[in-house]
Amino acid sequence: MIKSKIRKYHAPVWDEPLVMQMGKEGRRGSIAPTTEPEIVAAIGQATDLISKSMRRTTAPALPEMSEFEVQRHYLHLSQQTLGMMGISLFGTCTMKYNPRVNERIVYQPFVSEIHPLQDPSTMQGILEIVDRFDRLLRKLSGLDKFVFQAGGGADAAYTQACITRAYHASRGELAQRNEIITTAQAHPCNPATAAAAGFKIITLALEEDGFPSVEALKSVVSERTAALMVNNPDDIGIYNPNIKEWVDIVHAAGGLCFYDHANFNGVMTRIRAADIGFDACMYMLHKTFGGPKGGGGPAVGAYGCNEKLIPFLPGPIVETNKDGTFYLRASNPQGVARIREFLGNVPTVIRAYSWTRAMGIEGLRDAANISVLANNYMEKRLLEIPGISKGMPDVKGRRLEMTRYSLGDLTSQTGVSCIDIQNRMTDFGVDAYWLSHEPWFIPEPFTPEAGELWSLEDIDYWIDVLETVCNEARTNPEIVKTAPHNQVVHKQNSTNLSDPEKWATTWRAYKRKYKVKD
Amino acid sequence: MSKNKSGLPTPHPFMANSAASSFQEMLSVAKVNDIEELFEQIPQDHKFAGEWNFDAALPSEAELYKHLTRILRKNRSAEENLNFLGAGCWQHYVPAICDEMVTRTEYLTPVWGTPSSDHGRNQVWFEFQSLIGELVGMEFVGLPLYSFGTAGGHAIRMAARINSRKKVLIPESLDPERLAVFKTYCGFKELSGFIEIVPVKFDINNGRIDLSDLKSKLSSDVAAVYFDNPNYLGIVESQAQEIADLTHAVGAEVIVGVDPISLGVLSSPSQYGADIVVGTTQPLGVHMNAGGGVGGFIATRDNEKYAREYPTLQVSLTGTSVPGEMAFGLTLFEQSSYGSREHGKDWTGNSVYLWTVANATYMSLLGPIGFSEIGNTILQRSHYAAKKLAEIPGVKITWGSGFFKEFVVNFDGTKKKVVDINKRLLEKNIFGGKDLSEDFPHLGQSALFCVTEIHTAQDIQTLINAVAEVTK
Repeated sequence: MIKSKIRKYHAPVWDEPLVMQMGKEGRRGSIAPTTEPEIVAAIGQATDLISKSMRRTTAPALPEMSEFEVQRHYLHLSQQTLGMMGISLFGTCTMKYNPRVNERIVYQPFVSEIHPLQDPSTMQGILEIVDRFDRLLRKLSGLDKFVFQAGGGADAAYTQACITRAYHASRGELAQRNEIITTAQAHPCNPATAAAAGFKIITLALEEDGFPSVEALKSVVSERTAALMVNNPDDIGIYNPNIKEWVDIVHAAGGLCFYDHANFNGVMTRIRAADIGFDACMYMLHKTFGGPKGGGGPAVGAYGCNEKLIPFLPGPIVETNKDGTFYLRASNPQGVARIREFLGNVPTVIRAYSWTRAMGIEGLRDAANISVLANNYMEKRLLEIPGISKGMPDVKGRRLEMTRYSLGDLTSQTGVSCIDIQNRMTDFGVDAYWLSHEPWFIPEPFTPEAGELWSLEDIDYWIDVLETVCNEARTNPEIVKTAPHNQVVHKQNSTNLSDPEKWATTWRAYKRKYKVKD
Repeated sequence: MSKNKSGLPTPHPFMANSAASSFQEMLSVAKVNDIEELFEQIPQDHKFAGEWNFDAALPSEAELYKHLTRILRKNRSAEENLNFLGAGCWQHYVPAICDEMVTRTEYLTPVWGTPSSDHGRNQVWFEFQSLIGELVGMEFVGLPLYSFGTAGGHAIRMAARINSRKKVLIPESLDPERLAVFKTYCGFKELSGFIEIVPVKFDINNGRIDLSDLKSKLSSDVAAVYFDNPNYLGIVESQAQEIADLTHAVGAEVIVGVDPISLGVLSSPSQYGADIVVGTTQPLGVHMNAGGGVGGFIATRDNEKYAREYPTLQVSLTGTSVPGEMAFGLTLFEQSSYGSREHGKDWTGNSVYLWTVANATYMSLLGPIGFSEIGNTILQRSHYAAKKLAEIPGVKITWGSGFFKEFVVNFDGTKKKVVDINKRLLEKNIFGGKDLSEDFPHLGQSALFCVTEIHTAQDIQTLINAVAEVTK
């Protein structure tokens, strides 16, 4: 039953042109420092400093705009971005408050204007924060060392795949151990990064309990097993209670065990990767630890491991001198040299450290409790809406911080799909919800995650909007199918997107394909 | 560790439902008496029961700010000092509105969204792709990658998928930091997808690729030739067209790595035969951030041969149900790892999409004249610094011309080591150039200096005076 008064909403509409369509010839937005006369006198004209064959002869077709025009354009586009301005319960991504104080800190020159190759004596503050945060994560995981080079969760999974290579190569077993085992409910980045690193992928299917059986795992583990890469709980809120046995089975066969802790939020302070027996784990600092998402990074996949894998970590690695100061060790002789250049997204490591200190250990416990409770609260209300059912309904036990639902019944009754509803909800100022990673086990899926940020009123409002739209699907399905109506633009034509004659990832391609005149 | 059975939290500014009123309402609706009921799926012996010994909480913003800044002020920044380090991360001026945009909460905090929810941000993504496309002269550009090195690594793998060959030629002048990333991406010979990296010599007389060595290594089993322009040692690869022609003659792909800030004055790679262009995005309005400012891109012609091998996500301009209206949706999503798991084209994930906001703002601010102007200033100031350094006894510029913003300074004649010179410079608040003596021993005691538009004639004079003094 709808609890809230549904408020009026309309997205800002500026009908903003493309920046490439704006400006006038000769207008300037930024003037470079002018070379001093003594330099010109000594050096001459710049064009003479480039061999003729390498000089640019046609200027790039960039816009010519005043500074204010550029500023206003990108402000307009920011206003035309709903994101977290409304309510965003985007499941699997743990939408959190990104404390503003962290922006105040990391945009000061003592963070932003540090060159990664500076002498360590001039970077002690940064190295200290990295070291302090490493130590906090060691406590939360029980593992022995964390590095922050990976630029996101997928990059941390790739780190694991590369460390797996280096570890087995060091033992002369790599040619033999070329298989990585994962499950159908593991995030796609696990099989994808392992395959990119050269491994064969074995994906275990889910069974009745919501996870693959111990027998299924045993049937694929062998002397070819290089590693196991799994998440737990998965992103439908189901915890595999046999996970310790899984780890033992893989270890007994000589494989490594990696814990994709993307869904750490609901089990913070209860589950530690090392206690379960894992060799390594990954935390997403831009999700669980309060860093901003930026629409897709810069992010950090914090990668932690036990003593066994420390010799294989990518450099540079922060180390402590006897006097308590810090230095950077370039790399491990047998290790992965680099996953990516330099230390990683340092500002987000600082933000995550800051967030974790603001929370404290009891705050982390409270956040986990609130998140799981909020999910169970949502489940009660959502299952009262006709046409919505719970994914994997036969699995017993309360779900952790997420539940996946199905709109399959509503779709078969009304013809309105989960994507139609996703679009229509944006007409109420509610950010698009998450559907499901591939493969879809559940028809017409959606996956909300309440987390600890959103208030009960926000959560209720989100549910009320969904219920309003589900009611519309029965009374006025066209309004849902043709949504959005109150957004910046209307429903996109997605057929062009897969047609090589029509797709256009740049304005110059578009102009050619659609014969647009300047 | 719960203070009470119901798990009643302590009110905290980051958590609305830490207030007892809403927490209790949720408990009651969800019919929870003991908070541990919610964790009934987890076997008891999986749960941590030990002591935490965790650092005390700092829920007060005032205390938190003080704690963090007290630690971070131990840093000495490139802004308060005079910095000549480049080598993969470069100090350029970041216009104020670039910072304004990337700290706007609308851009800073959201997840991906959809064309319906986040039209404005999707438009920024499209503008980023389009503006990069103008600079490099290519029609197909993806959303950014983690870094220059990861962009190059993926591009090499694209080439190997395109022509099913397993060898890439890379000049020995490549940035060792990036080469390490490339090696990671090229894999291990014991496993599938391995790509052999074959080094190509560079000419010690001018820093450019040694064409005869290149010719001797080109054959029909080469997937691609990769080179940077300008290269890591600052040198403009003026024989780029010849390299591309030789590469194409054996049916291999030409991959060129660029610093886009040079492209107002340097020829765009599409003009000299590049098939895949990669590069850094950090110089375009992003702070160095201790290395956290790095980002990369991949660009090609708009041709299915290339488009269907992109590992990235990318937005395409499309229409809506209303004639004339523009929308931006993902294209070729199904070939990404999100769409096809291990059967996709490599893999993607969270990247550095926020930096597209800074990059697009920066490229729009500069415009065609700004790019030419900043390129000219960098060329003149870097050549001036090199010329003045060469006047110091014992100091030589290894290749005195034909570079863009970085150049190699050799100190052999001073009988001093770069490491010692840099230590003395640091005492004078100068960050000297990157020490090359370990990575490029045949260049002797050399350092890679970076001079950009931020260095005035006076800054350069300060450097000259200091180097003259410490090399005496």
